[in-house]
Amino acid sequence: MSTEQDKILEEVTKGEYKYGFYTDIEMDTLPKGLSEDVVREISKRKGEPEFMTEFRLEAYRNWLKMKTPEWAHLNIPEIDFQDIIYYAAPKSKPKLDSMDDVDPELKATFDKLGIPLEEQKQLAGVAVDAVMDSVSVKTTFKETLAEKGIIFCSISEAIREYPDLVKQYLGSVVPPNDNYFAALNSAVFSDGSFVYIPKGVRSPVELSTYFRINAMNTGQFERTLIVAEDDSYVSYLEGCTAPQRDENQLHAAIVEIVAMERAEVKYSTVQNWYPGDKNGKGGIYNFVTKRGLCKGDYSKISWTQVETGSAITWKYPSCVMMGDHSTGEFYSVALTNNHQQADTGTKMIHLGKNTKSLVVSKGISAGKSQNSYRGLVKVSKRAENARNFSQCDSLLLGDKCGAHTFPYLEINNNTAKVEHEATTSKIGEDQIFYCNQRGIDTEDAVGLIVNGYVKEVINKLPMEFAVEAQKLLEISLEGSVG
Amino acid sequence: MENLIKNIIGKDISLVELFEENRSKIEEQSFSVLNDQREEAFDAFQELGIPSNKVESYKYTNLQPLFTGDFTFSLKPETLTENVEDIFSCDVDTLDSITIYMVNGWYYTRNNPGDLPQGVRIGSLARLAEEDPDFLARYYGSRAPHLSDGVVALNTMFAQDGFFVHVPEGVVVEKPIQIVNILMSEDALMTTQRNLVVMEDNSEARIMVCDHTLTTNKFVMNSVTEGFVGKEARLDFYNLQNQHNATTQVAGLYFEQHERSHLATNNLTLHAGVARNNIELKLAGEHAEGHAYGLYLLDKNQHVDNFSYIDHAVPECFSDELFKGVLDDHSTGSFTGKIMVRPDAQKTNAYQSNNNLLLTNDAKMNTRPQLEIYADDVKCSHGATVGQLDEDAMFYLRTRGINKEESTILLMYAFAYEVIEKIKVEPLREQIRALVEKRFRGELDKCHSCVVCGQKGTDLSCL
Repeated sequence: MSTEQDKILEEVTKGEYKYGFYTDIEMDTLPKGLSEDVVREISKRKGEPEFMTEFRLEAYRNWLKMKTPEWAHLNIPEIDFQDIIYYAAPKSKPKLDSMDDVDPELKATFDKLGIPLEEQKQLAGVAVDAVMDSVSVKTTFKETLAEKGIIFCSISEAIREYPDLVKQYLGSVVPPNDNYFAALNSAVFSDGSFVYIPKGVRSPVELSTYFRINAMNTGQFERTLIVAEDDSYVSYLEGCTAPQRDENQLHAAIVEIVAMERAEVKYSTVQNWYPGDKNGKGGIYNFVTKRGLCKGDYSKISWTQVETGSAITWKYPSCVMMGDHSTGEFYSVALTNNHQQADTGTKMIHLGKNTKSLVVSKGISAGKSQNSYRGLVKVSKRAENARNFSQCDSLLLGDKCGAHTFPYLEINNNTAKVEHEATTSKIGEDQIFYCNQRGIDTEDAVGLIVNGYVKEVINKLPMEFAVEAQKLLEISLEGSVG
Repeated sequence: MENLIKNIIGKDISLVELFEENRSKIEEQSFSVLNDQREEAFDAFQELGIPSNKVESYKYTNLQPLFTGDFTFSLKPETLTENVEDIFSCDVDTLDSITIYMVNGWYYTRNNPGDLPQGVRIGSLARLAEEDPDFLARYYGSRAPHLSDGVVALNTMFAQDGFFVHVPEGVVVEKPIQIVNILMSEDALMTTQRNLVVMEDNSEARIMVCDHTLTTNKFVMNSVTEGFVGKEARLDFYNLQNQHNATTQVAGLYFEQHERSHLATNNLTLHAGVARNNIELKLAGEHAEGHAYGLYLLDKNQHVDNFSYIDHAVPECFSDELFKGVLDDHSTGSFTGKIMVRPDAQKTNAYQSNNNLLLTNDAKMNTRPQLEIYADDVKCSHGATVGQLDEDAMFYLRTRGINKEESTILLMYAFAYEVIEKIKVEPLREQIRALVEKRFRGELDKCHSCVVCGQKGTDLSCL
């Protein structure tokens, strides 16, 4: 029984990466390496105003003084930051008027990913801002959004067109000197998305961006900034898949969210960067700083993430609940297989009165992977009646993998109610037996149980994404599951 | 107290210099088993130093300022003119125990443990080092991490004395063994104590360590206890901490357990200045069972940091942890519970729970319940809560005509009782129960009469 189960688990968990293809587009790149000149050059090439150049340079100078963080439960090979290309953009082409003008190769890439721009925008009503190696290629639905006053564009465009907004909010949640990778990102970020929802507007569609790392040896430094004014609502989707490549690639992104009074921002991610092959060769290093600020009273920020890719994930989407009655939520599924390592979790910082936060984290480790949850719940002295509930479960598939939990609870107010629960287990033989008894074979049973296990989180994803997320889980645990 | 070598630690002389200056003297009056590890520990200490809050495992307790200041350092045993028994008596009067005293970390020379079951040895570590060095060498320094923890390194550098308990194979010690640690000095004092507990196969014992301060000076006590629990042996180890507010105590318990052994540790912190308890259980034999319990009742500016580390090194072991705390005034508490399940330690069951009540808005609690798991067929869970009394329970009591104050006391008492009921020595349990209740009723705002072990003759307040 157990050997058969092991065999199935093994089969199920050794699936290969399906999105390994490479788009051949001419690239406009800077030489490898990082210096003040490179930072200036990036800023110049992007035609940025003076304040951005200064912002970058300050971040760069801070970065020089910092050290690579070593506290995570990760084994990070030393990264040579001078061996990375910090700017790569598809060669500029004449402006595109319709879908037909989009590079056919690029279109094919997205088709393979299952997001045909053309159909999907119609069918699913999703505005896709496709980001290919850092420069925005095509933005759809812009007009519809513009009617409502919603700004949804690439961050470079925002810097040029809405410098005041960018100046006001960029770096206000994640300061340029926040941490090592945030400083690096602030210095060299190439592109990303900018979303601005004006007062009282509910975004009629779900905003979505696809990131893909494409060129060899290019660090991807995405920068996303979302500002939701009073009484607004937006749901933002971010998805990533990267082509198969042997060398490790670095991805150090920043996402900043500001939610004003009664605003609600929902941020969903499906991350499927290339995880490396079965022997742990290659794969993306995913070092991301994501933080949301519930600035106004009654505001709400919700993070949902499905992490299946990357060789190393270092990511803690956090909420700072500054406004009274504000809410922070974090739902996460992190799946690691083969030699993947993940150290992910959240920080819930309660500053305002009557703030609430919820953490649901589901880790799945298979193969020889290491999967850690690391989270902080902090209740400051003035945060009266703060409420937190955290649940962190780990599921182990295989006896060579590891599942770890490192929660930190720092409570400085006696009216706080903070609870943390964690369990670690493998799929019970009794559960499998129960399924077998009812005519479900072991393979399907494993799929059923894994699906049931993550359902609480998947349910939080928007429809289109939930489907894809399940697909990615399947791929990571091989197609037979699910 | 002229037997103390006067040395001011701080800007003038560092602990490293203090050691270098007195090293030959220490080694002369000590014995080779203990001397052999000083060099290694000294090297480690020079690198590690006293842990600050930059060290992850000491994140919530910065020891550096506490180990700095004007102190005399205890390098020689005390010579007391009066009998310790006359100054001190234990309040647990119904307790029929084998009692020994330790003064400032040194074995009290006039101790008389009385008649012991055959083969049982209770005595001074220094004497053991002299009389049976081979026995000591088998255990000494094999559990305590003197190469990776600065405080243990410091302890190993200066270690000369402490208590040791040896229960040979198959012997059951019926009476509880009580070890009373007394701190008394005319000056601020920093001292070191190194203890050893060896339970051979099939043996059984209960050990109670009671920590007390008899004078109002500042104290820094750095104690390390190494324990070895043999096959099918059973040990209950209680540490009752009742020290005044100017005391800093770092108490390390480092236990190793073998097949089917059963160990329960219980850290009861009733009163302390800064207390840091390191509780490390290594489950090294299959079917071993380790329990770690703790209760801390804090007020004023007290700080307690319980750091537990349960290491499941082999399959089929069981561990259970329960730490509960009530924090009043400006007190701060910290708990770290680390459960490590090593690769191949299958069929592990590990449970951990930490619950805290904050009574005032100035009290702070930091808790880190951590799991590190490298095997798949395991059942591990941990839970941590920080909050207030349950409003529903309170309402229930109020509707039955019990006033608010009484209801609060009842509920707090019920909260703490979960740990108290784990105490298996009945008179001790009864005593602790009464003390806790008194404490909640506010009748015990300071440790007058030194709570458990009452002070005779002197009017010294512990505060």
